[in-house]
Amino acid sequence: MITFQHILSHLQGVITTNGQRLLAIIRKEFIHIRRDPPSLVMVFIMPVLMLLLFGYAVNTDVNHIPLAVYDQDGSQASRSLVASLVNTGYFDLVFQAGSEEEIKSLLDSGRARAGLIIPPGYSRDLKRQATATAQLLVDGSDPLVARTALSMAELVSQAQSRELRLAVLSSQGTALPPGPAIDLRARAWYNPGLESLKFNIPGLIGLIMQNITMMLTAFALVRERERGTLEQLMVTPIRGAELMLGKLIPYIVVAFIDMGLALGIGTLWFKVPIAGSAMLLLALTVLFLVFALGLGIFFSTIARTQLQAMQMTMLFILPSVLLSGFIFPRSSMPRPIQYLGNLLPLTYFLDILRGIMLKGTGINYLWQDVQALAGFGAAVIALAALRFRKRVD
Amino acid sequence: MNLHQPNPPHQVAGAVPGEQPETIAPAYQVAPAIVVTNLSKNFGPIQAVRQVSFQVPAGSIFGLLGPNGSGKSTTIRMLCGLMRPSSGSGQVLGLDIVTQAEAIKASIGYMSQKFNLYEDLTVVENLYFFGSIYGLRGAALSRRCRELYERMQLEGCEKQRVGTLSGGWKQRVALACAFIHLPRLLVLDEPTAGVDPVSRRLFWNLLEGLAAEGITILLTTHYMDEAERCHVIALMDRGRLHAFGPPARLMAAAGLPTLEDIFIEMAGKGED
Repeated sequence: MITFQHILSHLQGVITTNGQRLLAIIRKEFIHIRRDPPSLVMVFIMPVLMLLLFGYAVNTDVNHIPLAVYDQDGSQASRSLVASLVNTGYFDLVFQAGSEEEIKSLLDSGRARAGLIIPPGYSRDLKRQATATAQLLVDGSDPLVARTALSMAELVSQAQSRELRLAVLSSQGTALPPGPAIDLRARAWYNPGLESLKFNIPGLIGLIMQNITMMLTAFALVRERERGTLEQLMVTPIRGAELMLGKLIPYIVVAFIDMGLALGIGTLWFKVPIAGSAMLLLALTVLFLVFALGLGIFFSTIARTQLQAMQMTMLFILPSVLLSGFIFPRSSMPRPIQYLGNLLPLTYFLDILRGIMLKGTGINYLWQDVQALAGFGAAVIALAALRFRKRVD
Repeated sequence: MNLHQPNPPHQVAGAVPGEQPETIAPAYQVAPAIVVTNLSKNFGPIQAVRQVSFQVPAGSIFGLLGPNGSGKSTTIRMLCGLMRPSSGSGQVLGLDIVTQAEAIKASIGYMSQKFNLYEDLTVVENLYFFGSIYGLRGAALSRRCRELYERMQLEGCEKQRVGTLSGGWKQRVALACAFIHLPRLLVLDEPTAGVDPVSRRLFWNLLEGLAAEGITILLTTHYMDEAERCHVIALMDRGRLHAFGPPARLMAAAGLPTLEDIFIEMAGKGED
């Protein structure tokens, strides 16, 4: 018979902690960490390595698009068109093709992503009719590359056209008023160079920290279960909350050092500055780390083996990458998907990371994120403590 | 409760275990250490333990015997508060195994199969950890540890990691950890499995010394020579209590010369 009294006494058993027992567990966990140098090295090398690797790989800036040119005109005008394309920095002239077939095969094989075909009468047409045709072929299989290639080519051709038109007009004795008709002065704040690296590094730090810290604790309880020490602990006066917090606290220290390393790489190596308060960032980081470590512990109360714990963390990583706004902007996702993203604490932490690092946002704009993180952290630790039973049936 | 007192009040030097020494404090004299009534445990359709009843006098070495899958471990786990019985009741040290499971855990010492210690921790670290878990601290804890090194013959390996010790040493470290808070009942699940004969003898001498001080010991074993050293044994088969009592009385009642014969006879009966 399970009565209300039973539930109350179970809850009390879960919540109340004894400082001495808690300290004993914390001390024991620190010894485990210290006695396992390979894991410790992994813990500190992983974020550095992953950040360096992904920092360069996850780059949504498109430049150095390989360009093949089939210049049938060979005039000064045609060379100037090619040169102005290359000068944008978005194109690399990699091939001077001798035929249209060659351009086609270069695009087919992927050795070139864009092909420019300038017909024989290009410069003659320009002089005679003040208009000439050139063809740009773009490999549209990667829309990001194709869009960049097209818009850059468009810009270049417009600029060249304007110059040519002005030259024609001034040769006829007419002059246009200097400057454009509409002067739109656009400024990109927070990341004036629109470098994707600046946007990506804070995101990467958040994602990598979540995954590493989650794995740290995901194994914590399962390892004891596999080695049989958990059963020994169950026959002691230990309480659920003591065991959970005792496992959590040492790893908060470890994860915090990890976070310092990751931030160091981000600011010193990738030169992404922290515009806002570093102290605030570190304080809110602890909040996020508590959540991620708590989730790991929660997984380890469900998993029977370390392999299962590993699979659970993997299952959590994928939606984190896709839905948190780590790469793909959340504002362009369908509503239901956005709501799903709201359930991921990483979404809020990325807000905090990008807000503080890029915009210098203060706590007054981050309250909602802080509340969400605190809520998720408390929930996940409470769930873990409730799930931990001191029975084996 | 005074955990740090080296000589518990119920200690009687030279007491004959299994009998009731006159000098024992009344509370311990009256109450048996373990009382089990119609204890049953089902796992779905499988009846792991069926209607088991027995009483174990305080200060005795009680051996639970039976083939693998006979319900020994399940019985032990119910007595330690690790499992809730499907029906029946039980008291351990006067505490109810269902409603006072946590109080039982605080007052007994438990040694699970394969001496589950932290292998990357040293002997001292293991002792200190379990000592702190049971509420010992400071000078009392270190005094208690020193007592245990001597008593469990662990001197010289205090600073060694448990993983590097041999089976016999690990076994004694595990016993020291289980005994750190001076429990009145020790529950040992196959404590001598995979340990060499010399270490086994040493271990049994330690157990008999503890029993002589009035500490009740519940253990499971597959070794017949160990079973014969128990004061009381229970033979279990397929979840049922097949026989219960002092080994000599069981052999006399069955008219068989050794416990092994009883064991084989029991197994034979199970076959038909």
